[in-house]
Amino acid sequence: MGPDVARMNMVQALNSAMDVMLARDPSVVLMGQDIGYFGGVFRVTDGLQKKYGAHRVIDTPIAEGGIVGAAIGMGVNGLRPVAEIQFADYIYPAYDQVVSELARLRYRSASDFHAPVTIRTPCGGGIRGGQTHSQSPEAVFAHISGVKVVMPSNPYDAKGLLIAAIEDDDPVIFFEPKRVYNGPFDGDPAQPAVSWAGHPLGEVPDGYYSLPIGQAAVARPGSAATIVTYGTMVHVCIAAAEALGVDAEVIDVRSILPLDLETLAASVSRTGRCLVVHEATRYAGFGAELSASIQEACFWHLEAPIMRVAGWDTPYPHAFEWEYFPGKARVMRALRKLLEER
Amino acid sequence: MTDVSRLHVPAVPARPGERPDFSYVGLSPAGAVDRPPLDVPVAQTVALAESLVRVLDDDGRALGPWAPQLSADRLRDGLRLMLTTRLLDERMQRMQRQGRISFYVRSFGEEAVSVAAAMALDPQDMLFPSYRNQGLHVVRGMPLVDMMCQMLSNTRDMCRGRQLPVLYHSARLRLFSISGNLATQYPQAVGWAMASAIRGESPIAAAWLGEGSTAEADFHHALLFAKVYRAPVVLNVVNNQWAISTFQGFAGGEQRSFAARGPAVGIAGLRVDGNDFLAVYAATAWAAERARCGFGATLIEHVTYRAGAHSTSDDPSRYRPRDEYEHWPLGDPVDRLQRHLVALGEWDEARHATLLQQIEAKITADWKEALRHGALSEGPKLDPALMFDDVFETLPEHLRQQRDELAAELATRRDERAAAAAASDAAAAAAAPPTAAAPVGQDGS
Ligand SMILES: Cc1ncc(C[n+]2csc(CCOP(=O)(O)OP(=O)(O)O)c2C)c(N)n1
Ligand SMILES: [Mg+2]
Repeated sequence: MGPDVARMNMVQALNSAMDVMLARDPSVVLMGQDIGYFGGVFRVTDGLQKKYGAHRVIDTPIAEGGIVGAAIGMGVNGLRPVAEIQFADYIYPAYDQVVSELARLRYRSASDFHAPVTIRTPCGGGIRGGQTHSQSPEAVFAHISGVKVVMPSNPYDAKGLLIAAIEDDDPVIFFEPKRVYNGPFDGDPAQPAVSWAGHPLGEVPDGYYSLPIGQAAVARPGSAATIVTYGTMVHVCIAAAEALGVDAEVIDVRSILPLDLETLAASVSRTGRCLVVHEATRYAGFGAELSASIQEACFWHLEAPIMRVAGWDTPYPHAFEWEYFPGKARVMRALRKLLEER
Repeated sequence: MTDVSRLHVPAVPARPGERPDFSYVGLSPAGAVDRPPLDVPVAQTVALAESLVRVLDDDGRALGPWAPQLSADRLRDGLRLMLTTRLLDERMQRMQRQGRISFYVRSFGEEAVSVAAAMALDPQDMLFPSYRNQGLHVVRGMPLVDMMCQMLSNTRDMCRGRQLPVLYHSARLRLFSISGNLATQYPQAVGWAMASAIRGESPIAAAWLGEGSTAEADFHHALLFAKVYRAPVVLNVVNNQWAISTFQGFAGGEQRSFAARGPAVGIAGLRVDGNDFLAVYAATAWAAERARCGFGATLIEHVTYRAGAHSTSDDPSRYRPRDEYEHWPLGDPVDRLQRHLVALGEWDEARHATLLQQIEAKITADWKEALRHGALSEGPKLDPALMFDDVFETLPEHLRQQRDELAAELATRRDERAAAAAASDAAAAAAAPPTAAAPVGQDGS
């Protein structure tokens, strides 16, 4: 670790990204419920209002549609807003502003108007949050044409990608898998929690850096099969491959839109087998897009049908969290089956 | 930018370490506010929406035109139901701390808002509660065991394990299913009331939300529909000053009441002392009767204070003075009704102590009974296959397949656990114990 690198969990890395950008660019403002004085219910904006003032780190009313609508207006008028939606489960009141406005402003005005808005929101389950604190709605934003969609899986990527999102002149929906805020999670709630301290991707430069949006990363190299996944499930998939002793390559998609199909296709063409994994519901989930695109690109290299592992097509139930969550066992079963296919 | 910015940022009266300051809360003396006739033109409720309807004074006397003339028995019912709500609340908070339930939301300090309102409404009226209205369920007679079983997500949970604790419902008792998404129930309550009008029936609807939640578009939709169709509905805003860490000024409460939004849209508005059992009762009865007579909806703002944390995931000492509640000018709803009963000569210390004991004993017995049906981490469990029921009326094919896949997965998991247990030796026995369930965010309601 160099002198300008620090150990950070994902919360600190995201905080650092916003800190860096607030300092570098006076047009950056943050807005959201409880983000200012309090520093956010997950403490992601902790200390930033104190440092940059209540005019740049803005507490808002509880109105997601208002937050995104106002962010668009601010973006049109020279600011670079970063809006927090407290939980992804509460983003739907803003859906119209995202779909009908944020995603289309540039298009319908032939680029005469655009709004460089970033929407950050914690997503995913595994925190006993029941159906209203657990959802992963990335697919409903990937489907609308006009917003970029990002989901990092670790502190290093989180900071670099959030800075890129803030600097991007196009709108970005930035999903934060909250189950890995404090440490990588292998999907087994019975194991003691692991922190980011021992993880190489918990080493995060203090200062400015950005990672290009639209590039996948190989999280674990391998040659027997390719697991294409993102967010919390990256860690679950690595654990599953290890538990099974399978030489599977795990690819962290990182950017859902635009998609780095090249990296995915190169891997699947090499391994001939592909498992797509996400926590969100399966039906018309982003896995369907992944599976179709990979199939089109790699059909002649496939030795087995592409398989999908996902959350069940029900709301996220409070009592059955660990029966719902696509944990190690579900991934391992699928992986076994994928490798047996002839 | 701060030095050039002309943006207005609502001022918060006091943060941790500062002196609590409730001078912004407009007060009227008990008995001072007029009680207009039911057919009062909406425009004439503007003043009502800015003053504060109060009945109980500091000496426990009931004063003025709003005093509801309740029998001593009814008053004692009110006290018993508020105390039941409070003691249940305390116990469930402790049980959450002990890890028996995953999460809890207190209604501590706001008991009158729910208990008096539910007593003033008709049992046939349909209630659309928020997550901080336990008193509604207690008054309607939802068995405490049922509430506990819901909080435990156990085999007798009316939600079949699907909802976070406190998001109860009862179709029989006309208590609508509580959503975790704020304000959504408000327009639904108006729609329910519109249906009642369309069907020519007499039950009305009533809904509750917090002052913070009035920011949501659904709040405004509800008011507009209620105004346009003169819907028979009572719309309650519980202004407990805080929305998690956000002060009511950020919901538009600066120098303007929430009740004033009623007449602004075209429905009657009332601002009421929410810690005054008699005032809440009288205001609700007035609004309900107006609705039943066809004069339309009323928006009631209940001025109260969230005496506890937002939820078990919250620590309010991070954003408000620790002693803020001690400075709250409207006191405690239970104490105030108790004082009134004592002043009437209808209550005394001994009876109060006996009542407390009875309620505590009932809660203890009910909790024991509830635990017999299981808890998240022990005892009998709901069948995970239930997860797939009730998504639709009948199970579609893809969910039937997923249910089978889950059964196979769970069998594998059991086999693996068994194999691991069989292979376990001293090293495994020495392994670290499992961690408790991670809490819901820092906030998490
Ligand atoms: C649509 C939506 N946005 C955000 C949240 C997160 N949240 C839960 S409770 C709460 C504060 C609500 O405050 P208020 O309406 O004043 O009610 P109180 O908790 O004070 O009773 C917030 C922001 C949510 N549940 N739903
Ligand atoms: Mg509130």
